[in-house]
Amino acid sequence: MRRGVGAGAIAKKKLAEARYKERGTVLAEDQIVQMSKQLETFKSNLEEFASKHKQEIRKNSQFRVQFQEMCATIGVDPLASGKGFWSEMLGVGDFYYELGVQIIEVCLALKHRNGGLITLDELHQRVLKGRGKYAQDVSQDDLVRAIKKLKAMGSGFGMIPVGGSYLVQSVPAELNMDHTVVLQLAEKKGYVTVSEIKDGLKWEKERACHVLDHLLKEGLAWLDSQAAGEPQYWLPALFSELSSRDVTPEEANQMTP
Amino acid sequence: MDRFSWTNGLLEINETLVIQQRGVRLYDGDDKAKMDVGVALLSTHRLIWRDNKNHECCIAMPLSQILFFEEQAGGIGKSAKIVIHLHPTPPNKEPGPYQQSKYSYIKLSFKEHGQIEFYRRLTEEMTKKRWENMPVSQPIPTGTGLQAGRTRAVGIVGIERKIEEKRKETDKNISEAFEDLSKLMVKAKEMVELSKSIANKIKDKQGDITEDETIRFKSYLLSMGIADPVTRETHGSGTHYHMQLAKQLGDMLQAPLEERGGMMALTEVYCLVNRARGMELLSPEDLVNACKMFESLKLPLRLRVFDSGVMVVQLQSHSEEEMIASALDNVSDKGSLTAEEFAKLLGLSVLLSKERLLLAEKMGHLCRDDSVEGLRFYPNLF
Repeated sequence: MRRGVGAGAIAKKKLAEARYKERGTVLAEDQIVQMSKQLETFKSNLEEFASKHKQEIRKNSQFRVQFQEMCATIGVDPLASGKGFWSEMLGVGDFYYELGVQIIEVCLALKHRNGGLITLDELHQRVLKGRGKYAQDVSQDDLVRAIKKLKAMGSGFGMIPVGGSYLVQSVPAELNMDHTVVLQLAEKKGYVTVSEIKDGLKWEKERACHVLDHLLKEGLAWLDSQAAGEPQYWLPALFSELSSRDVTPEEANQMTP
Repeated sequence: MDRFSWTNGLLEINETLVIQQRGVRLYDGDDKAKMDVGVALLSTHRLIWRDNKNHECCIAMPLSQILFFEEQAGGIGKSAKIVIHLHPTPPNKEPGPYQQSKYSYIKLSFKEHGQIEFYRRLTEEMTKKRWENMPVSQPIPTGTGLQAGRTRAVGIVGIERKIEEKRKETDKNISEAFEDLSKLMVKAKEMVELSKSIANKIKDKQGDITEDETIRFKSYLLSMGIADPVTRETHGSGTHYHMQLAKQLGDMLQAPLEERGGMMALTEVYCLVNRARGMELLSPEDLVNACKMFESLKLPLRLRVFDSGVMVVQLQSHSEEEMIASALDNVSDKGSLTAEEFAKLLGLSVLLSKERLLLAEKMGHLCRDDSVEGLRFYPNLF
């Protein structure tokens, strides 16, 4: 909308201004000017804060949590843009965005094995390992925040509450409430059977099979049809270090009968 | 190494611990010293070294012995070092681990890193020369340095006390940081309120806002990290920053896109771009907002969202029909294909090859066989 020029426009503007002053409201464009000034002041306050406390944010994950929560309370997202003040001056941006890259890489590397589902614990361990011994510490809260930001890129990143922690999903597989609740059931042992679902959730057999079939198709579950009793549906995402380890193709050849 | 004297590790009155670093091995000139790895401590007056396992093996040298020092970068299999060149031994030097040495320099090898900070502090202390202003009492002759347990404990306690003080100071810093942060947040909240008021006015079209002013307002919101639901409808999410970014991406992504068959998942782009930048990284939202501007800036790239929600960047020259035709060819050739097999064939990611097959299916060229063994695509003969 182009602001009009010429005597007529000026007169019109004067009239509008007068009307607003009458009602005691401030014009938006005046407020924008005011905001610009306040922004400059804020920027220098933030610079001062950064010069004194930037290290705190980098080194102390507790402090980061507090910082994030305070921002959320007042309606500010310090991670929205790399160009934001928070990111530029406190360096919070680079920390979380780099973490995002590391998370994506870990999930991609393991996708062929777990179908795109991984526990937050395992993700945490592997990210820490990838960062090396002398890198800055990263907490699970840091991971969660980085993952929340990754959602903006439509890659299917999400978090599923399971057994007191979370499963991190990194593929756009459709997982509804039924799937989620079966994952939660499988969490204790790493696998689940149709009977367990029927008993534990009081479902019909068809419903249980439908859900398990979907998990198989998506590559999130593996079928052990040779298990004693009835077939077991294992979830590689839930394999703990204790009950599994990575094996080279040579070792695998030696092991199979 | 013959400049060192045995010590009990006790800090003198007026002597303050400046920094300590674990994992330090000593070198007599270029030769490894006969000690194991230990802790190097720098005080205002001395350079002290203590064996990790045998705490009674503790040696020190006055900083005044140091002529000059320099860093020696690490390499593969070699830790970074600080080389310290020394004045000749004074005549009244207390006995130490070495009677004599052919070298006039020692090295500190930092096996657990920390050399940068240690070097910095050493530089500071050697500049300030605080030992000249704060004389300490003559060190008690300690013979071989093997002391009665009591004095040893005091020495270590002294050092531990310093660590405790430092920790308290750190805690104090943190609570000060929280206080300062709270004050900052109060100011930030004012900005949020103000921006809400402005946004409402723009929405209700009160007053006369120009394009320029709106764009400026959006950049203020971007700087503060305030969400912008109102003006987005009328002007999109882009700001000048995003326009710049979009142009940069246009240049940067040409070659990688061509290598990958004209299409890349947005997460792949995110990793590629941020790894290349190294610092001043892009946020996921920055990337998305920049990509949204490709079309309006007439750049030869497009952001595309598949039904599944997967977002990709593709070359505009990338022909849809060609892609689908080639997918059909490949599938017919092999009889049938899964997404994994297709991915291997084309050297694409599984995610994108799946999207291609789904697209061909949507256009009616392929049909699916959805079983527990996986999703397999066949040419559509219906």
